[in-house]
Amino acid sequence: MLKIRIIPCLDVKDGRVVKGVNFVDLKDAGDPVEQARLYDAEGADELCFLDITASHENRDTLYDVVSRTAEQCFMPLTVGGGVRTVEDIRKLLLAGADKVSINTAAVKTPEFVREAAEKFGSQCIVVALDAKQTAPGKFEIFTHGGRNATGIDAVAWAKRMTNYGAGEILLTSMDRDGTRVGYDIPLTRAIADAVNVPIVASGGVGNLDHLVAGVREGHASAVLAASIFHFGQYTLRQAKEHMNAAGIPVRLV
Amino acid sequence: MSVAIIDYGSGNLRSAAKAFERAARESSFRGEIVVTGDAARVAAAERIVLPGVGAFADCRRGLDAVPGMVETLNESVIKKGRPFLGICVGMQLMAERGLEHGEHAGLGWLQGNVVALTPEGADSPAGIGWRVPHMGWNELSIQTSGHPVLNGVPGGGHAYFVHSFHMQCHNPSNVLGTAAYGQTVTAVVGRDNMIGTQFHPEKSQAVGLALISNFLGWKP
Repeated sequence: MLKIRIIPCLDVKDGRVVKGVNFVDLKDAGDPVEQARLYDAEGADELCFLDITASHENRDTLYDVVSRTAEQCFMPLTVGGGVRTVEDIRKLLLAGADKVSINTAAVKTPEFVREAAEKFGSQCIVVALDAKQTAPGKFEIFTHGGRNATGIDAVAWAKRMTNYGAGEILLTSMDRDGTRVGYDIPLTRAIADAVNVPIVASGGVGNLDHLVAGVREGHASAVLAASIFHFGQYTLRQAKEHMNAAGIPVRLV
Repeated sequence: MSVAIIDYGSGNLRSAAKAFERAARESSFRGEIVVTGDAARVAAAERIVLPGVGAFADCRRGLDAVPGMVETLNESVIKKGRPFLGICVGMQLMAERGLEHGEHAGLGWLQGNVVALTPEGADSPAGIGWRVPHMGWNELSIQTSGHPVLNGVPGGGHAYFVHSFHMQCHNPSNVLGTAAYGQTVTAVVGRDNMIGTQFHPEKSQAVGLALISNFLGWKP
């Protein structure tokens, strides 16, 4: 059986792993290369690496950090942050990324997602979707680390992006990110049930029951978390055992 | 003595190369690992690896765009019997035809077509539905015991898949391994001196490194 994936996420700023509370008040959680090595050894199912400052500071992703991180991974590595052109994608793939995540550039130029999927294949194009609830049951897309509203409905956007060739959606609740109160389940489920590609749930994990809920109630194919792993609150092994005990198929290594 | 990983503008070659380098270090393989888009270097290689990500037709076009590459592959693999490993779309290209976005010719080494996945049934993983691409870690079921490249690759071991199409072989004996995803997914194919994996050994941690090590020592 295909297993539900657990994905530690390394949010990186200036070559260091950070984790924010609602994307401000960043706190240093260490060296990305060191963390990647640790997570690889622990049997992480994938690793996600987001350069969280690239987009709004108009800066290129730090390819050397990506490449040094990728050296430690014999598991799939997704890299995002400031991906704007086909050339950006090619550079990231050559640095060692397996998938790239596109966020702001997709909102600015939706056709870019189509072009990227045609060029590199849907399997390596992830669209990162940052959403906030604007009314009960209504979710809107935000860009630039949650600062800019777009007026775009999140469910309609997810459908459009998968029609354009996105092979996976990395869905972050901007309301929940850094709060540790759990994923936004109605948001996750609304998106997961609207499209046929895998959904990665992100934003708000504070304990292991939240991971279970993301799958069981949110219908996510993968659960992403950062701080619960970085600060040693839980190991990946504990997370997988907890999900396994709850009847969710996971890869125990 | 060298292994040529063919560079035709498709795929994450750095991942593949570093997995081969690691497997070579940990096994008795003492040759060189070369990533190359030069047909002459492929012709000189003792072993050949064809990676590939993206759409079948794009990969075929990319391969055709390299002067002499398809001819070299046929010469080395079919005529000279050199060990060959196809990965993901590189594996799919071993088939006669790909049916992704129209019908496109493969290398024609294995009888069969590459067709869309059509998973179904009430028992999707964790009840979240059958999503395509088939993406993530799935258990392998080894169909042929005793294949040297699959030595130490346990049935029930996990490999990393990401694909929306798979190969349907006309000859069941060409299917060396499968995975279950709402249907029987072709995971490993081969005959004689050629083998192909739908999954990514270079991303499959210990299981993948074991397979690569075996390939480096394979004497078909």
